[in-house]
Amino acid sequence: MVFAMPSLTKDHVRHIAKLARLKLSEEEVEKFTTELTSILRYVDMLQEVDTSSVPPTAHVTGLSTVLRDDTLTQSPISPEDLLACSPLPVSERQIVTPSAHE
Amino acid sequence: MLSSLTITEAHERLKKHTVSAEELTKACIERIEKVDHRLNAVIHRNFERALEQAKEVDRKGEFDHPLTGIPYLAKDVYCEAGVPTTACSNVLREKTYIPPFDSTTTRRLKAVGAISLGKTNTDEFTMGASTETSCYGPTRNPWDSSRVAGGSSGGSAAGVAADLCFFALGTDTGGSIRQPVGFCSCVGLRPTYGRTSRFGVMSMASSLDTIGPLAKTIEDIAIVLQAIAGKDDRDATTVDVPVPYYRKALTGDIDGLRVGLPKEYFIEGMAPDVERSVRDAAKQFEELGATIVDISLPHTKYATATYYIICPSEVSSNMARYDGIRYGRTIGKPQNLLDYYERVRSEGFGVEVKRRIMIGTYALSAGYFDAYYRQAQKVRTLIRRDFEAAFEEVDVILSPVSPTPAFVVGAHTDDPIAMYLEDIFLSSQVLAGIPALSVPCGFSKENLPIGLQIMGKQWDEATILRAAHAYEQATQWHRKKPML
Repeated sequence: MVFAMPSLTKDHVRHIAKLARLKLSEEEVEKFTTELTSILRYVDMLQEVDTSSVPPTAHVTGLSTVLRDDTLTQSPISPEDLLACSPLPVSERQIVTPSAHE
Repeated sequence: MLSSLTITEAHERLKKHTVSAEELTKACIERIEKVDHRLNAVIHRNFERALEQAKEVDRKGEFDHPLTGIPYLAKDVYCEAGVPTTACSNVLREKTYIPPFDSTTTRRLKAVGAISLGKTNTDEFTMGASTETSCYGPTRNPWDSSRVAGGSSGGSAAGVAADLCFFALGTDTGGSIRQPVGFCSCVGLRPTYGRTSRFGVMSMASSLDTIGPLAKTIEDIAIVLQAIAGKDDRDATTVDVPVPYYRKALTGDIDGLRVGLPKEYFIEGMAPDVERSVRDAAKQFEELGATIVDISLPHTKYATATYYIICPSEVSSNMARYDGIRYGRTIGKPQNLLDYYERVRSEGFGVEVKRRIMIGTYALSAGYFDAYYRQAQKVRTLIRRDFEAAFEEVDVILSPVSPTPAFVVGAHTDDPIAMYLEDIFLSSQVLAGIPALSVPCGFSKENLPIGLQIMGKQWDEATILRAAHAYEQATQWHRKKPML
């Protein structure tokens, strides 16, 4: 795989921020455009490694598809305890969020 | 000073009833109140509850377990029911998150009667190498307050080094236990990935995160590890491998141990004091009967780059849960749900968390996944194989912890790559999933601590503890304390 030296534009940065649900100020867009470009240039050294016959490592324990018995266990935490952590109003044991529409 | 005892020493006194758990707890509280304004290591104090718990332990009067009645501090990412836990982030600090449940580790410690004093400072969501990204401000190094304590478990390391507690809990994703321990002069262990449960500990990068102990001696590390190691049904990444009796491994005998010195860990630009101390430590191992073997871990130079793709990718996924719905920060008058998410997150997260979310989101986005994340996972395999090959020849591997002693606060603020390179010797072990610890091995000419890293085979904490213990017994570095 051959790559051109990575270089991000401000529009790239705005697009990534949108995917990540972040609202960046113009100043932050500027800052991240420079910083992310230099970080990507640094990590670009991995492209020189020949990995054509190397399998990827996702994790290191060797475990796969960990299952447990399908038995009921009672958590000591009540739904009310968890709902109490929300900063939003609760109605009929449900968190009232802002509307997904305008 | 009572709080400067080791766990072993305090336990002996508790057993003989020459000291009470309440006295030990009060000693730590007094010490925190006296010196922590200079360190900023403890950010949530849980003193009333700790004293109640200590009195309860004293009433029972049974001190069979070495941790019964022993006060400790936990990094601010360990959930404890009823105790503020904020990951040192404004996203959880605003409407202080008080978890309704215990992490497996603090629950296991509570069950044996260890006493939780409160929460220690960390980089925001453990992302950093200096504790400077904490929303509570940096932890200062107990040896020189103009310098960082390291990070991300900087509060835990400074807390142990300054005798604010008998031991502390930290997390190590890319060096966050070992590096601050090296900067502050105490001992800390990153266990094998899968050895200790992460249930109830806020995640950073799920394929790399581990939790582990920080303490004053290797024997104390063995005691804490014993109490927290082992499979947990609530953390599917813990593995059901036998947990040996670690203190039994501390024989003081390392005759015939094969010790590897990897040439890639002695690089240009490292402080001469660091290199000298680590090479002196290797000589000490030889004097104790070990054989030093020069080895090579050829993919070492790719470790930081590999880490800084895999880690931010997993960060971008883990941080998605902080959206202001179920817990944490909120905002007034959102236009709609999307506006709500974006403003909660943008106002709540600090710059390093945003930076990693951005790198990770980019690396995982359509068209880039194979070039970045997949390629990094493949290089990760090569780094693992380096260690597998090396451990055919040797039992443990020695290296420096950090290329230099603790740096000055603010030194890397505008240079994220310089900050990432602070962990240059600490990310390979993470990618390979092997255990590694840091033990004091000297001081620079400015009187700053220097740490020695000892790495072991997967699941073989016992051998690195044995090696570190023998070294500790033969040296005096761990006895030196900061003047506060």
